[in-house]
Amino acid sequence: MMNPCLHNRSDPTHEHLLHRLYALQQQFLHISPESMHQVATEFNLPVSQVASVVAFYSFFHTQPCGRFHILFSNCTSCGYLEDGQNLMQMLCQQLQITPGKTRKDGLVSIDETSCIGMCDQGASLLINGVPVTRLNPDKIAQIAHLITAETALAYWPKAWFAVNDVVHKRSLLLTAHFLAGSALQKALIHGTDETLATVMQSDLCGRGGAGFNTGEKWQLCREASGNAHYVVCNADEGEPGTFKDRFLLRSQADAMFEGMTLCAFVTGAEKGFVYLRGEYRYLLPHLHSVLNQRRQQGLLGQHILGHATFNFDIEIVVGAGAYICGEESALIESLEGKPGIPRIRPPFPVTHGYLGQPTVINNVETLIAAAHIILQDGAWFRAIGTEKSAGSKILSVSGDCRLPGIYEYPFGVSIQQVLDDCGAQNVQAVQIGGPSGTLVGRTDFNCRTCFEDLSTAGSFLVFGQQRNLLAINRNFARFFAHESCGFCTPCRVGTQLLKNNLDKIADGRGTSQDLVEIKQLSHLLQRHSHCGLGHTAANHILDSLQRFPQTFEANLKQHFTASFDLDKALENARQITQRNDAAAHLD
Amino acid sequence: MQTIHDTIIIDGQEIPFTKGQTIMDAALAARVYIPHLCHYPGLTPSGNCRLCTVDIGSKSVAACITPAAAGQEISNNTSALNDARKSITQMLFVEGDHICPSCEKTGNCKLQAMGYYLGMLDEHFPQFYQHREVDASHARILLDRGRCILCDLCVRASREVDKKNVFAIAGRGTEAHLIVNSSTGKLADSNIEPGDLAANICPVGAILIKEQGYQVPIGQRIYDQHTIQETGLQENSVKKNDD
Repeated sequence: MMNPCLHNRSDPTHEHLLHRLYALQQQFLHISPESMHQVATEFNLPVSQVASVVAFYSFFHTQPCGRFHILFSNCTSCGYLEDGQNLMQMLCQQLQITPGKTRKDGLVSIDETSCIGMCDQGASLLINGVPVTRLNPDKIAQIAHLITAETALAYWPKAWFAVNDVVHKRSLLLTAHFLAGSALQKALIHGTDETLATVMQSDLCGRGGAGFNTGEKWQLCREASGNAHYVVCNADEGEPGTFKDRFLLRSQADAMFEGMTLCAFVTGAEKGFVYLRGEYRYLLPHLHSVLNQRRQQGLLGQHILGHATFNFDIEIVVGAGAYICGEESALIESLEGKPGIPRIRPPFPVTHGYLGQPTVINNVETLIAAAHIILQDGAWFRAIGTEKSAGSKILSVSGDCRLPGIYEYPFGVSIQQVLDDCGAQNVQAVQIGGPSGTLVGRTDFNCRTCFEDLSTAGSFLVFGQQRNLLAINRNFARFFAHESCGFCTPCRVGTQLLKNNLDKIADGRGTSQDLVEIKQLSHLLQRHSHCGLGHTAANHILDSLQRFPQTFEANLKQHFTASFDLDKALENARQITQRNDAAAHLD
Repeated sequence: MQTIHDTIIIDGQEIPFTKGQTIMDAALAARVYIPHLCHYPGLTPSGNCRLCTVDIGSKSVAACITPAAAGQEISNNTSALNDARKSITQMLFVEGDHICPSCEKTGNCKLQAMGYYLGMLDEHFPQFYQHREVDASHARILLDRGRCILCDLCVRASREVDKKNVFAIAGRGTEAHLIVNSSTGKLADSNIEPGDLAANICPVGAILIKEQGYQVPIGQRIYDQHTIQETGLQENSVKKNDD
């Protein structure tokens, strides 16, 4: 069944709206009003819907980008601030360009983007959508030369594009062998009830952060009535500091697709989607080749493994730069060709998901775990972990440590253990679960990562003593202000106010009243926002206020101070009057 | 058919509801006011302004989108919630350009009336001063995005009642803004008419009907004579009579 709103009817390939817009963006380096009208006609949509989609996603532009379009990550781990140097500024200076503005000759444009999931690969950027890792001043200079010489990316040093996955610790999932089709064969022998029972017995809970019981989710979806059921893999790994899905998509795609197929077997779904974050578009050829292989092996398509009534196939939909689409109902909106604005819940996707039909949405890691569990058994998984957190968890460790990379532990590992293993010394703080998670200091390093203690979707950011926590907080506040979908007032305005307030404190214009202010705003966001983004956007501030009060206090003014720089505020007037003499300045 | 009544409790008062009603529906039907700006009886609720946030135990929910369920004990008219509502109102004030004395909507403006109702004496937060486009292209209708509070009412009214789909909201975060569904993106090229609900439902002065400014003198306008609580409850009764 194809929905006319999502797919181009006149095009037999049933292209997704986001993919059509991406193709136009590739062709014309932007999406013009004419293109929007064309797409609106093709998809039989109001032009306002196409325009609102274009405006929502960071990777779509209404003004032409450069032929070389560069996006620097601004994450605290893979961002452009490296060892006190601003790599983005460096490249901008060498190419004589302002961030966010395409150079007049149309050759190049440079901007920044939220974490691109290269946190274990050093400072990184995306050039025309492809990651370049391990940036340093030397490489920046070479990039400037190559761009000036208009050298096509195909002729750039291959090694620059290398993404080297390093696994430092392996537990259940990364040691178990997985043969494509093996879990499906077992499931087909045992039937749907027993397969579901195996997942239930494992106590597997969602690895995306919320920790909902996976077996229960599958069962709820299976029991929900609808015209069709859907399975969606959430591969929109957007939490800064998380990159384990990037690694899993590359090394365990078969197990992930098999997990989806098993879920389809249990729930009766015939159609599945992988929602892949736009930053990981470079993984698309690999994922498509695994999918094709599985089709040839009879593991996808009609009559899977010869089973008369088991039909299921998977489509990959690539996002276009929006952290909020990791929220499951926003993801569904995006799948439906709309801006990723979280829905009203309840109803939940298990009963009213994609196209209003029962839908299971699982994280990449969850689906891989499910495939392994069905192949082994529930007890195999349940045997490790803690009482309420069965199995293992894959962590993305980055920041100030000697051995950043992938670490798989049984649930319940202490923070100190992880720090010891990754060679982190003189640690000031650790951000568990990314900016939306928890900031902990030394006194909490004995805490365990599990649902009953410190829950995490996998991001593990290490901050050494030399790090300025105020700068980290500003980075996170900027991130949320940028990623807020703008739907509800507290989050839309509140994230912006928090960002401005932290900037003010960093600027040396804050007073003790500002601490009262940010605390109140943080609580307002936590309680009054529409979705998880708003609820968690101020966690880092509240954690810092509680555990690292010096972060803000050290920068406060003791006496009255103007909240803005009056002389700077006159800059506009100076520009208009074309004056810059002494009399146009305040002392 | 027999309607089965269950009850919820709002600030100690027992209120009946029927299946499918939200907390807001049940409250308004019982003439209990929960402050709101983006809700309008008869239109699909949205839940974007968050003024109607109420507490159920330790949980906060938006009353307009949360189904009423038997036995819910809800706090609504508390000082903590009204303080938060005041902050949210102030947020809306600083996000846009709300200069009441120079706005035709003054006295009829729900945002202004909400400020009065919640005892808001200043804007508290620093102004955003955003650049937002004015669309004066239409002969009879003005669109001043500077005053838009992104409540989505015109979007829903146009889609659900006028059946025209004239408006949409585009852009993320504070860049969110109202767009017009026409070939040029201008109101003049849309099929909106002054009699449409979408042209009249704007709670603030973002969408105004031209050439009828100041017909009612300041001092005799809606919120010069009523509180938003009174009119908010009225909107519901009007709708009930229509049913």
